[in-house]
Amino acid sequence: MKLIDILQFASGSLRGSRTRTLLMMLAMSIGVAAVVILTGLGEGARRYVVDQFSSLGTNLLIVFPGRTETAGIGPGMLVGQIPRELTLDDAQALLRSRAIGRIAPLTVGASQISRDALNREVAVLGSTAELLEVRHMSMGQGQFLPAGDVYSSESVCVLGAKLKRELFGQQQAIGAWVRLGDRRFRVIGVLALQGESMGFNTDEIVIVPVASAHMLFNTSGLFRILVEAKSRDAIERAKQDAEQILSERHGGERDVTVITQDAVLATFDRILRALTLAVAGIAAISLAVAGILIMNVMLIAVSQRVREIGLLKALGAPATQIRNLFFTEAILLSGIGSVAGLVLGEIGTRVIAHIYPALPVAAPWWAVLAAFGTALGTGILFSVWPARRAARLDPVMALARS
Amino acid sequence: MIELSQVSRSFTVGDQQVAALRGIDLNIAAGDYVSIMGPSGSGKSTLLNLIGLLDRPTSGTYRLDGGDVTDLTDEQQARVRSEKVGFVFQAFHLVPRLTAAMNIELPLILAGIPAAERKARVAQLLENYGLADRADHRPDQLSGGQRQRVAIARATSMHPTVLLADEPTGNLDQATGKEVMNLLEQLVAQQVTLIVVTHDPAIGGRAVRQVRMVDGQITGEMGGDVGRALPAETERRAEPDLR
Repeated sequence: MKLIDILQFASGSLRGSRTRTLLMMLAMSIGVAAVVILTGLGEGARRYVVDQFSSLGTNLLIVFPGRTETAGIGPGMLVGQIPRELTLDDAQALLRSRAIGRIAPLTVGASQISRDALNREVAVLGSTAELLEVRHMSMGQGQFLPAGDVYSSESVCVLGAKLKRELFGQQQAIGAWVRLGDRRFRVIGVLALQGESMGFNTDEIVIVPVASAHMLFNTSGLFRILVEAKSRDAIERAKQDAEQILSERHGGERDVTVITQDAVLATFDRILRALTLAVAGIAAISLAVAGILIMNVMLIAVSQRVREIGLLKALGAPATQIRNLFFTEAILLSGIGSVAGLVLGEIGTRVIAHIYPALPVAAPWWAVLAAFGTALGTGILFSVWPARRAARLDPVMALARS
Repeated sequence: MIELSQVSRSFTVGDQQVAALRGIDLNIAAGDYVSIMGPSGSGKSTLLNLIGLLDRPTSGTYRLDGGDVTDLTDEQQARVRSEKVGFVFQAFHLVPRLTAAMNIELPLILAGIPAAERKARVAQLLENYGLADRADHRPDQLSGGQRQRVAIARATSMHPTVLLADEPTGNLDQATGKEVMNLLEQLVAQQVTLIVVTHDPAIGGRAVRQVRMVDGQITGEMGGDVGRALPAETERRAEPDLR
């Protein structure tokens, strides 16, 4: 029997019991669609987090005071000592490393900002000109902090887009003066609107030179130093260099923590990937159920078509041929069901993407392949028994059945 | 052509052995027209199934076309059935979802014959059996006589040497039954060996050779040695003489 004839015969018998075939394919396609949509969602969540992290900057390392990894009580804590501050000098010293490209020191505080009668509480970020590049921010109007001497406390500031609107409305802000705490600052730029990233809304901050921030908050410590490694490969070396340089400067004590964006990212990546796999696994159960349904349907088909099987045998079909016919039927059933499921899944994914545009929902190729493969696999696996049953039927008994 | 010697077939029913055939000896020559008659339960259908290689004897030997086919594997049996044997059943056994043409084509498809040749053969058969205008009808749109004609066309599509008919007129009225028998008998003229199982003396009596079975044994036989009679003559023949 030729392959094309086998296919035609099998599809003919599927068409013979239309309702059952359609219901079966529906079950199969729902299973496949569930896998595609759920992995799409999980993968979307993962990519969302990854994108958020990358929007912080590339090849980023973050240095902050104190060693968080140290468990238990350090000697300093017993005498009421707080971790040694990170200073601007420390930050500048990091540039000695050849693995480090740019640095941006960060001081953070809260202050009252006022323009004429308008005033509000605002987060103040003290940094340098490099911050713009390191954090991948972009300007809406004017300029960012001036490059040059990081120790000079110029009275200039850059406003977040929303803050500018609140203080100035549609008016020109560049060149105007605002009051931060007890100092006056000239507005030299406004950030482009970029929304929230990692829980920090840059639209509602004001950025001033780091030295000015130190004066404003009467401190000399840094909250963070953002370090950009020269390349992806240099990240690890930059981390070691940073730790070494700072421990040399701090009298041999390793009292800073350096985390790489990659490490954080990798953790999130792992967690979310595991989650995706978990939901995919749950969805795959529905595929197994569909497989069992296929087995049930094929068993019914075998017992309903006993006479036909007997006839085929009488007409010269050997057992292997009968088995192949039923096998092909099951493969067609699960194959078409799977394809329909992929289409259904794709539609579902698009609908979700339409409803939640922020979430990059898309099933990864491996999930699509796995769903398709599992569907086909279960279809084939669960049709082995019915097909064998059909093949083993005694033709005399089968023909005598009325 | 067909040589059965000391063929027995028994079935296990519950914990009992029931003998359906006991020591059957039967030789049928190529081109013979044989009827096997007997009451129900006499084993005539079992004998037909054995000859058609749908079943295997419990003991004894079966030679077909000079070769021993007693112990063929399932695969080999199917091959012999495909190439040499045609079946016609009382219940027609047409596949309900397939058209008349497709039902006739079925053995050709199973045998893996190329589509072009299949089309030609099916068209010829539809023509021969006066079914050309019924080619695209499904079995439930055909009359009983037409259904049996489709079944006969199907049984002959692979040019078998043996045609086995189990109560071919059982589900037909008398006139249609006679018409179907005429069609089968025409095949005898083309050197096909025709074996008809029936309990109807009027049908069985038409055969050149008539075998009588009771309780799994051949109890009588008539004709055969008399020579081949024409169907028109056999039609007039009375009930077989029981020895």
